[in-house]
Amino acid sequence: MIPYSDFYFFYIMFLLLIPAIILGLMGKQIKYYGLFVSLVVLFLIFGNSKQQYEYLILFYLVELLLVKSYILIRKVFGNRWILWLMIISSLAPLLYTKFGKMLNFKALGFLGISYLSFKAVQMIIEIYDGLITNINFVDFTYFMIFFPTISSGPIDRSRRFMEDTSKKLTRREYVEYLGEGLWKIVQGITYKFLIAYYIDNYWLRKIPLKHHTFKLGLKYMYAYSFYLFFDFAGYSLIAIGVSYILGIKTPENFNMPFISKDIKDFWKRWHMTLSFWFRDFIYTRFVMASLKNKWFKNKYIASYIGYMITMGLMGLWHGTENFYIIYGLYHGFLIVITDYFQRQKFYKKVKNNLFWKITSTIVTFNLVCFGFLIFSGYLSK
Amino acid sequence: MKEKILDILENVCGTDEVKQNRDINLFEEGILDSLGFIELLVELEEKLKIKIDPTEADRSEIDTPNKLIDYINNKK
Repeated sequence: MIPYSDFYFFYIMFLLLIPAIILGLMGKQIKYYGLFVSLVVLFLIFGNSKQQYEYLILFYLVELLLVKSYILIRKVFGNRWILWLMIISSLAPLLYTKFGKMLNFKALGFLGISYLSFKAVQMIIEIYDGLITNINFVDFTYFMIFFPTISSGPIDRSRRFMEDTSKKLTRREYVEYLGEGLWKIVQGITYKFLIAYYIDNYWLRKIPLKHHTFKLGLKYMYAYSFYLFFDFAGYSLIAIGVSYILGIKTPENFNMPFISKDIKDFWKRWHMTLSFWFRDFIYTRFVMASLKNKWFKNKYIASYIGYMITMGLMGLWHGTENFYIIYGLYHGFLIVITDYFQRQKFYKKVKNNLFWKITSTIVTFNLVCFGFLIFSGYLSK
Repeated sequence: MKEKILDILENVCGTDEVKQNRDINLFEEGILDSLGFIELLVELEEKLKIKIDPTEADRSEIDTPNKLIDYINNKK
């Protein structure tokens, strides 16, 4: 059963959430029931596919072992190369899933592996930093298999998540969570099953893919961009709403991305949890290391290379097809030229001008849509 | 100590606004971008031996000069 895809899933999910709501209204802790429900939902999602649930269990055990052992190792050894070993080991299942096909190995993977890998790597990096010194088995499991976000995020952070699970909400506080959660679910369902569905059926699907013309390309570009937003933002809202019902404030993923005033602003509004994850764990680490060790002549070179690497990896994370990588590099390039331009005197003069702001927003919107056109694979057909 | 922190912040942000207005939101006003934030962390560590990890604090805890100073003081 695919999460959030049909009425049956929602029906079962709401039945399973009723005890959680009762616990919340009684001012009681929902954590253990939430873990139980997550296991049940996992069984519903993966129960039919032996390959998937076996790989999921293997993945879970590998990550548990890595995290627990690194917590111990780190108390004695602070070497960076141990960190690298841990990160690569943690990513090994994901790398196998994505690249194993190319080497004609047996295809293995499970829905959500890309997202779960992020959670594991975040924990490992923060163990290295010393921000995490201990994780208990129940908390680790709940964070990893928390069902609302398992298939496609939003990507939460372990310390934030665990704080939420141990918070004792009063009935009054829970009622607010419940209300907000239900409202987000309604919004999400509207976005995904009404608006995105409508765009797909009455606009997107009407555009022929066999022959490309400029006009058709434009139509496809805008239709796909709106479809992608309403579909993904809709899913995210439902996932976040369900989290709230379980007493957890999963972070938002979208914040009116199409009114972004520039590309940098866009990445603070689109797929935010992914963007911030890449910013915090890849861009920041790379640039910090290069500044401390003086790898480059000036800090801007470090920053720009950092952006290209970060966004390139972001593209690659979506898939190994070359249009995904091009999508990533395209955004990396846009960020670099935006940053360079914003350092110039000319920008400082115009940046508060209304006409400039409007033009910048419209240009950004179109650049973003073009990026989605690349992402859709339309140009590669 | 407070003065030294503000000196670093002023240097990294390239404006003395951070000293004039101690409650200005550094991120929202575009005074401190991702690169600036990294420089800030590096300078705090190298010059004042104050180590703040990139994901240690929520940005909302350190997004104004005053909040940053309070955060650092509370660390000790």
